[in-house]
Amino acid sequence: MGNIVRTDNLVHEYERRDEEGNSIGVTTAVDHVSLDVKEGTFIAILGHNGSGKSTLAKHINAILAPTDGTVWVDGLDTKQEENLWEVRQRAGMVFQNPDNQIIGQVVEEDVGFGPENMGVPTKEIWERVEESLKAVGMYEYRKHSPNKLSGGQKQRVSIAGVLAMHPKVIVLDEPTAMLDPGGRKEVIRAARGLNQVEGVTVILITHYMEEIVHADRVFVMDHGKVAMEGTPREIFSQVERLKELRLAVPQVTLLAHELKQAGIPLPDGILTRKELVEAITAVSRE
Amino acid sequence: MLRDITLGQYYQAQSPIHRLDPRVKLAGTLIYVITLFFYKNFAGYALAILFLALVIRLSKVPFKFMVRGMKSILFLLMITVLFSLFTTPGTPVVTFWKLKITAEGTKVAVSMVLRLTLLVIGSSLMTLTTTPNNLTDGMEKGLGFSKVFKVPVHDIAMMMSIALRFIPILLEETDKIMKAQMARGADFESGNLIQRAKAMVPLLVPLFISAFRRANDLAMAMEARCYRGGEGRTKMNPLKYKGRDYLGYLILLLFMVISIWVGRLELPMLTI
Repeated sequence: MGNIVRTDNLVHEYERRDEEGNSIGVTTAVDHVSLDVKEGTFIAILGHNGSGKSTLAKHINAILAPTDGTVWVDGLDTKQEENLWEVRQRAGMVFQNPDNQIIGQVVEEDVGFGPENMGVPTKEIWERVEESLKAVGMYEYRKHSPNKLSGGQKQRVSIAGVLAMHPKVIVLDEPTAMLDPGGRKEVIRAARGLNQVEGVTVILITHYMEEIVHADRVFVMDHGKVAMEGTPREIFSQVERLKELRLAVPQVTLLAHELKQAGIPLPDGILTRKELVEAITAVSRE
Repeated sequence: MLRDITLGQYYQAQSPIHRLDPRVKLAGTLIYVITLFFYKNFAGYALAILFLALVIRLSKVPFKFMVRGMKSILFLLMITVLFSLFTTPGTPVVTFWKLKITAEGTKVAVSMVLRLTLLVIGSSLMTLTTTPNNLTDGMEKGLGFSKVFKVPVHDIAMMMSIALRFIPILLEETDKIMKAQMARGADFESGNLIQRAKAMVPLLVPLFISAFRRANDLAMAMEARCYRGGEGRTKMNPLKYKGRDYLGYLILLLFMVISIWVGRLELPMLTI
């Protein structure tokens, strides 16, 4: 399988301005990032606020153009003006605030917005809307007004809206930051479903460590650079390093780490409660 | 409290009028309103009243909803009546002090009241039987020809439908900001008009800031979903004329021709 998203020494700089609009310096939000995303995988990009993860995400959808370096989506260079719409169709994006990304006044109308823009024939739009809403489990709400839905449901509608465009990659830019724990679970479950059932590549950007447990590969960003890279287990085994990067380690992993420091011989990188229970019973049996 | 405001005034019902293509209803309202200005006798108005009554019956919208729209023009109606009663020259019927009511004035006043009332009821019938969404769709398609004159029809329709979508969200936000300011001692309810207007400033500033932020987010989300204006866009619910819509046009045309013909006949007793 090929690389669906590839960045090569990507640099993005913002110009900082004072109140009068005079330039007072340049902030490098993304600093020479090179990463490869394999088709069909579930990728998580972690980082605290201001680590450059959202800026990186906006490059994949060609909302931002690189200051330097290159981004390829499915082999298309995002810097080329003529690739713009093609890139946006292949790499869909879900944003943080559910209220600010729903355009339609009825759920099914919003899901149809993307295909309408692409010029898909009417009959096919309806088919796509139906299958996308079913994929995120929102089909029974198709006639509802988005204003009456919960945050998690709104985000699932947003995901369906992107899915209806038949993208190859879906970038979720902190989709759970404004949701309650229940809504957060709903959205993550929907995202995993897309990846496993529909085979869409998912790039999840978040600062909640719990959400990356099932990812195939994790990138941790700090100050615009990729600070760590690996499987969730490899990442979680470095608790001290994660703390340095100001990331909250999941309770279970933290507990396992503390126990290990206290002298109990537990393996590194415990991710779930079940694993911890098994590890402790194994130790106590010996 | 702000959440109680309902949008538009759509009345949900299953009726032939509800099912009509929004373009027919838009054109119909326009034709009806224009026709009202052609009458020279009361026979024309009688026909117009009859026609409207029939359409209202068909639409299944209770009559009290129509009257609701009248409240807003009551004041205007009264001024119009007073002016036409006293300022139309002709044979005086009643005279007191320097004012005189003329026979001609009475006729003008009655016709003005009829005209305004029918105008308001006629156009509110359209908004009562068409969802805001349908209405914007109808306008976009129906005014499509004005693209030739560089009128950005699609953009205007898109703006309208986005505004409709965001009104409840912004209302909710206003409510939230209001409560937050009240919790910190802001007073929105007491004082005279000027004081109350001043009290709105700490409400409007954060509201505007957040509206701009939302607009920015929304624009980005729309672009991310390949929105690039009306060019090459397909429709999920394309408007297509059906048999009943052509019938609607035919009836409207007949009404226009007949009522204008009758309304301009020389009828000595009924002439305005």
